[in-house]
Amino acid sequence: MLKPRPKYLNLFQIRLPLGGVVSIMHRVSGAVLFLLIPLLLYLLQMSLESPQAFAAFGSVFAHPVLKLILIGLVWAYLHHLCAGIRYLALDLDYGTDLAPARTSAKAVLVVSLGLTLIVGAWLW
Amino acid sequence: MAMVKREVVGAHYGLRDWLAQRITAVVMAVYTCMMLAVLASLPSLDYWYWKALWEMPVMRYSTMLFLFSVYLHAWIGVRDIFMDYVKDAGLRLTLYVIVIGALVSYAAWSVQILWGA
Repeated sequence: MLKPRPKYLNLFQIRLPLGGVVSIMHRVSGAVLFLLIPLLLYLLQMSLESPQAFAAFGSVFAHPVLKLILIGLVWAYLHHLCAGIRYLALDLDYGTDLAPARTSAKAVLVVSLGLTLIVGAWLW
Repeated sequence: MAMVKREVVGAHYGLRDWLAQRITAVVMAVYTCMMLAVLASLPSLDYWYWKALWEMPVMRYSTMLFLFSVYLHAWIGVRDIFMDYVKDAGLRLTLYVIVIGALVSYAAWSVQILWGA
């Protein structure tokens, strides 16, 4: 007898474990970082162009909304970095059991948010 | 011992890309730490220090290595995302071409930024 398998395709009904949350955030942050490459290249180019452009840079980022966007970008970078380090460890067979994997997933979220707060406080 | 004759199929880029994704990740992580140390050691963040920093050959070459790692890493990552979600082969191919075109032009632009002016 084949039992119909439950298919929870409703995204709001799926309860992802912490590792799954870190995983999808790794993917989303990676996609966001990819999309922002040209903006970052442009900013680097501008900052090196002239003292005036460099100064304009500072005044543009004095705006709170832009600061928030920048901090969001820093978070994406840090989350991707921390989750990436976790994956490298998992590849090397460290922390592959359920409990340590859950702990390291939590650590990725906490550390990347904590570092973002530090960078955010420094930027603000 | 039983002989198992396996038909090996596929394009054989799986292991190479898996490894490339990890090597580029390590390069980027090391560069990030290096860059933080460099920024922290700047006497002050004014234009002339900033400009002089980016004229150092070690800065240019290490940033080039970092950016090329970013572009290869981004290609593998974005391609995998498209493989997962874009079912239509024609659309997927179109997206691949757009992403490759973008990344190749970013690479050229990066060289221009780092060695230009």
